[in-house]
Amino acid sequence: MAASTLARGRAGQEVRGGAALLRGTVTLYLSLIVVLPLTAVVWRSSRDGWGAFWEAATQPQALAALRLTFAVALAVAAGNVVMGTVIAWVLVRDQFPGKRVVNALIDLPFALPTIVAGITLLALYGSSSPVGVDIGYTRAGVVLALAFVTLPFVVRSVQPVLLTMEPDMEEAARCLGAGPLTSFRRIVLPTIAPALLAGAALAFARAVGEFGSVVILSGNIPYRTEVASVHVFSLVENDDVGSAAAVSVVLLATSVLVLAGLNLLQRRRTRHAD
Amino acid sequence: MKVRAKFAAGLLAAGMLLAAGCGGSGGGSDKLTLVAYSTPREAYEQLIPAFQKTEAGKGVGFSQSYGSSGDQSRAVQNGLAADVVTLALEPDMTKLVDAGLVAEGWNADEHKGMITNSVVVFIVRKGNPKNIRTWDDLIKPGVEVIEPNPFTSGGAKWNIMAAYGAQLQGGKTPEQANAYLLELFRHVPVQDKSAREALQTFIGGKGDVMLAYENEAINAQQKEQPVDYVVPDDTILIENPIAVASKSKNATAASAFVDFLRSEEAQRMYAERGYRPVNQAAAAGAGFPEPPGLFTIKDLGGWTDVNKRFFDKEAGIVADIERTVGVSVGS
Repeated sequence: MAASTLARGRAGQEVRGGAALLRGTVTLYLSLIVVLPLTAVVWRSSRDGWGAFWEAATQPQALAALRLTFAVALAVAAGNVVMGTVIAWVLVRDQFPGKRVVNALIDLPFALPTIVAGITLLALYGSSSPVGVDIGYTRAGVVLALAFVTLPFVVRSVQPVLLTMEPDMEEAARCLGAGPLTSFRRIVLPTIAPALLAGAALAFARAVGEFGSVVILSGNIPYRTEVASVHVFSLVENDDVGSAAAVSVVLLATSVLVLAGLNLLQRRRTRHAD
Repeated sequence: MKVRAKFAAGLLAAGMLLAAGCGGSGGGSDKLTLVAYSTPREAYEQLIPAFQKTEAGKGVGFSQSYGSSGDQSRAVQNGLAADVVTLALEPDMTKLVDAGLVAEGWNADEHKGMITNSVVVFIVRKGNPKNIRTWDDLIKPGVEVIEPNPFTSGGAKWNIMAAYGAQLQGGKTPEQANAYLLELFRHVPVQDKSAREALQTFIGGKGDVMLAYENEAINAQQKEQPVDYVVPDDTILIENPIAVASKSKNATAASAFVDFLRSEEAQRMYAERGYRPVNQAAAAGAGFPEPPGLFTIKDLGGWTDVNKRFFDKEAGIVADIERTVGVSVGS
């Protein structure tokens, strides 16, 4: 009894000490596995001077690869916003046999090594396609590969929000004469928007960095289907690590910008909502 | 301030941990580390036990590492402890010489540092339905050529230099040979990142002909893949280098292993796997056809010159071709 009172007396202090320890652990861990490696990449890219950095990042083949990467990543993120929401909606609001199986399927692209995903997608949608679709080694193939690997992000971020949403508000809206589209636009969309944006941002970032599946499915034709990660790989293969780091830094910087932009948008939304 | 100090302390601790992690690696007393490019793996699975049965190889243990030639060269440069290094092409070895990890005189022996040879061939569908025999057949309308990306696959450079050299051999000017390469690339629908992936693509049904090493073609046939291959009259001699690492702690055993690999017995084993022996006695009995117009990379100026002229990512001929083909097809 007495001991427990004593402990309670020191509890505040202990908690503070514990928090500091936790914070230190987090800092150390993040430094080791994120901050230091990223800093090293940036440092490596600038080692040969900014002239060399600029030259590497704006070299025509690098530019073509970067342009393709960002265009496809944006398209895939946008596609995920639509399809991810639809899938999440169906999984939450609809009841049908086999729903649990469908729900489990969503996460599989995470579990599959992406190079295997590339090979299987190619077998299905390549030149010897059993369904008669041949988009292997084209830009459509790149989109397909990235749509596959980014599928879970939007679904998994929107789904929990939909689950916690009570249907009362929508019912009220409908009683007041709003059609299903209007009630979705005015009631559901504002609620899921932050989760939707967060999911889209993750999908975008993932698409920008994807290597394993696109290297198989795209055919790696410079200026046509070669994405930035594959271009970086080719620079490394040619012992041009400086240029590889430079192109990587452009990828990093753009992803940071997009993530920060979406974060800002989200915060503004929340403030408006308040 | 406080937060920043803590962050700095974290970084410092991280750095110390990293530094500590770099120590302590190295071989045991009679253990050899073989660092090799990936294709001859099956040959070494046979060659190493054979070596261990010889007087010099008794009790020598092995650890083996396989990967793409460029990756392996980089790994050794970055500190992978190696005793014997064998790579797909000479420039990857030259980098190790430049880094002081392989002795300058590594290629001074009678085989010029090489362990196996091969030639660039055309792998075709069983029965050669499109009747592909010559380099000119590759650029006929409707023929699709599978060829890995020369900027990601060191081996693909051999194919391109074979195509180029064959044109010169046929009396073309360098300009005409460049034009041939451009035309050839127009027939390439996919550029896989490695030779093995390209072979997968071809076996998967894409393309009419694939440019590849003879040993890869033989390997595919040994695995009962439905392919044939054609050795063109004019083609390049592929030479694969081997060397003992200068920092080897077991140089005697390593040299003995390399000597064994060059023996008639070992070279026969290579031959069974589709490699052309460098050992004359083994080569004589192996029955590889001798292409009448065989040339070497030296005939084209040597690797240093070829890499600069063809594969420089800015000014190289092949970089220029990729640009022309990629941009024109566009969309």
